[in-house]
Amino acid sequence: MPASGGPESALLTRARAREIFHAAASVAQMLGVRDIEAMVGAGTHALTRFANNTIHQNVAERSGYLSVRALVDKRTARASTNRLDAEGIRRVVEEAVTLTRLQTPDPESLPLAAPADVVEPARWFQQTAAMTPTSRAEAVREAIRAVESSSQTAAGIYSTGESALALLNTNGGFVYHAETMAQFSITAMAQDSSGWAKKSSGNAAELTPLDFALIAAKKATDSRAPGEIAPGRYTVVLEPSAVLDLVGQLFGDFSATALRDERSFLTGRLGEKIFGENISIFDDVYHPLQSGTAFDGEGVPRQRVPLVEKGVVRNVLYSRQTAAQLGAKSTGHGSPLPNKYGEAPMNIVIAGSDTSVEEMIATTERGILVTRLWYIREVDPYQKIMTGMTRDGTFLIENGKVARGLKNFRFNQNLIELLSNVEGLSPAVRASGEEAFDMVVPAMKVHDFNFTEVTRF
Amino acid sequence: MKDTALNALDATVRRGISYADVRLIETEDRNVSTKNGKIGQASSSVSQGLGIRVLDRGSWGFAATDDLSSGGIEAAAALAVEIAQASALTKKHDVALAPEQKYEVEWTSPIRIDPFSIPVDRNLALLFSIDAELRRNPGVTLAETALVFARNRQIFVSSIGSLIDQTRYTSGAGFTAFSFRDGEIQKRSYPNSFGGQHQLKGYELVDELKLLENAPRIAEEAVALHAAEQCPEDQFDVILDSSQLGLQIHESVGHPIELDRVLGTEANYAGMSFLTLDKLNHLQYGSEMVNVVCDARLEHGPGLGTFAFDDEGVPAQSTDIIRNGLFVGYMTSRETASAVGQKRSNGTMRADGWARIPLIRMTNVSLKPGRQSLDEVFGADHAIYMQTNKSWSIDDKRYNFQFGCEIAWEIRNGKSVRMLKNPSYSGISTEFWNSCVAIAGPEHWILWGTPNCGKGQPEQVMGTGHGASPSRFRNIKIGSAYAG
Repeated sequence: MPASGGPESALLTRARAREIFHAAASVAQMLGVRDIEAMVGAGTHALTRFANNTIHQNVAERSGYLSVRALVDKRTARASTNRLDAEGIRRVVEEAVTLTRLQTPDPESLPLAAPADVVEPARWFQQTAAMTPTSRAEAVREAIRAVESSSQTAAGIYSTGESALALLNTNGGFVYHAETMAQFSITAMAQDSSGWAKKSSGNAAELTPLDFALIAAKKATDSRAPGEIAPGRYTVVLEPSAVLDLVGQLFGDFSATALRDERSFLTGRLGEKIFGENISIFDDVYHPLQSGTAFDGEGVPRQRVPLVEKGVVRNVLYSRQTAAQLGAKSTGHGSPLPNKYGEAPMNIVIAGSDTSVEEMIATTERGILVTRLWYIREVDPYQKIMTGMTRDGTFLIENGKVARGLKNFRFNQNLIELLSNVEGLSPAVRASGEEAFDMVVPAMKVHDFNFTEVTRF
Repeated sequence: MKDTALNALDATVRRGISYADVRLIETEDRNVSTKNGKIGQASSSVSQGLGIRVLDRGSWGFAATDDLSSGGIEAAAALAVEIAQASALTKKHDVALAPEQKYEVEWTSPIRIDPFSIPVDRNLALLFSIDAELRRNPGVTLAETALVFARNRQIFVSSIGSLIDQTRYTSGAGFTAFSFRDGEIQKRSYPNSFGGQHQLKGYELVDELKLLENAPRIAEEAVALHAAEQCPEDQFDVILDSSQLGLQIHESVGHPIELDRVLGTEANYAGMSFLTLDKLNHLQYGSEMVNVVCDARLEHGPGLGTFAFDDEGVPAQSTDIIRNGLFVGYMTSRETASAVGQKRSNGTMRADGWARIPLIRMTNVSLKPGRQSLDEVFGADHAIYMQTNKSWSIDDKRYNFQFGCEIAWEIRNGKSVRMLKNPSYSGISTEFWNSCVAIAGPEHWILWGTPNCGKGQPEQVMGTGHGASPSRFRNIKIGSAYAG
């Protein structure tokens, strides 16, 4: 819906955002500059962190900011501040204008975006905004007790936060978004094993820390006294977090700018079937399990974009700039200008199917169940080989059953090959990891996953 | 600023807590970059705020705000205490801090040229010159250049009476040439990956790096890599340039020696450490020529980990970590030092801005120079010489690592005989350091800056320093990144 409706955060009301913008625009006008764009944001974030079965770090922050981009004769630059009084606003506009006037003109520079109506998903929940240090601590205490009762040690976080962002320009553009977010993560550690679970949701009422504590504790119990098997190619069952963190490394390349720069693995592959028939991927901010704004860094509404359909790479994403340069239409995925990387997907949804993780295990004669992956880095940008480690719950599957825990592996895996070797997909869920932003992805059963080394635990 | 910080301390102490400190920070930064002849980024930002850390009922609380009005400060103080009291709901024992003196000090890091005195158009003129030089080579398909500058002033006040006013300037500069051809992307960076070199310096760093002069060579190497042979999969001696060795130190020494990791407080995210307490003064971490220090003092050099005081008011110190190959020291905080019975923190608590709590972070963790000449380091019958990091990964206890580099050279009888592409090496941390057989002398030692070290929840990004000179390691596994 237009910026006049939808949820609103008391941290930054629409009226306050307009007030700050008008103050900035007035300063710009006095400096002889008509065209400016501003992002006005505010947020609170609190995180209760625990380890060794006690809360050891417990923090909260509140902040706001104003980021101003000036546009003068096809030149542009940006300045930001968190000082939102009159003096702070004056200074940041002056800085933006000064930086802009020192640039060389860019013939491809576009005028400010035209006003657009954005259908804004409702992502602000009172239950999350109302969380307190005590309510988080009580939930953490219950989770710790569950892990302690298994004679294990718990570490993790429970965070809650609220944010609001308005993007305005002197063309009359005004879009606004408010949302809340809650996240719980827990590691349960036994003598020689560990287990992990994590979940995020806009609504804290949907988080059940105790359930996740029990999952982590069971994984730690089931993987005790881990054995070691030789590295090599194995069938793996990747839980959703492992899929997210690994496959999530692909998506920065689904960018028209990355393609134009020839830094994307999709260079020369657009329109080709490079993944398996069972792989379809979308960028869809409107998916009910997604989060984030329904507009991009210039206020352009985000479109739902099919990136991969039945293994064929169909589309990449466009900002206004790359769309104009390449004769395409913006998909609403541009980053705030000026920037080097152009555009990126923010709301990945990988289509799932109906095979449960239990069924994947039951149909595996010999393979490895992976809870989580860690320290994933790119080895080869065009083959898309990634390296990383398994962590916190790696299991041998034998004859359709989880047989025992395993010492952790290093992998060097080509992701194009991985998405061609998928034998089964679970229903897609909102997954959280540590190496990629949250996405909606299924668990996957994959054959010939390439483990190259084993570590000591 | 000092009055505001003291007011915040008063507002906190008034609530009857047992300890509090306040960090009021003002940061200014500038980022200028180019890509293929156009401006990539031209931005500046300023940020001001304060963080209040409090010990009450034996537990920690922390609240940060950028509302520096008296109402905003009172609210933050009240919230910090409320949070500490909530933390106490799960308390196992009271937090204890190793003793520390109070200090009243003003300190500014030495610079020759204030980076903010150089106009942005001059920054851009330099970057566009480098860009043009890189793209003069027709094989270069993408050229990126960047400059980053920051000024950070922090007022630290604490309930033991410290008042420390500290200002640090950091600068960074570098560029990368990419070449795409026949389904292969190669790149070369100068003087390092991660945006180049970063130090506690002013604009003089940019002048020292001779960026423009090195652009043609870097462009040529990026393009030549396409025709180079693939680095084989085998076990050979490996020689690392000082920047790659700096990252090797960071990952396989710097992180494992963080005492908070050892004690489990990072277990959910960054992980733990193989350096359990029983290994102190017993583990042969490296060969006898390996000596590593953690040194935040200016005498060590202008590193990203150089300062006068850490973020809990402890003076910069130098601590031996590995002495003649033996593991002899951790990085500590006041809390962790107390927990393991040490008399004093060695001053490594650092926070990523006003909105974050200090954590144990690397300062400058450096391999001391050796005694060999460069000819002796390269004097192997056969070795692979690797330069400039391309990928890096290590397990969550810091045993198993794998690094990829941008370029390698096969060395035979001390001479480079051919270029190799896609080099990588892997191993176990202690086995690697025990295989060290040659370390070049102080004339080849460089203090590198790593600007992107992540740790903590919420995640904090910190700049760390790592000094090293080219070194040789015997019989290292190479090439497994492309194996299978």
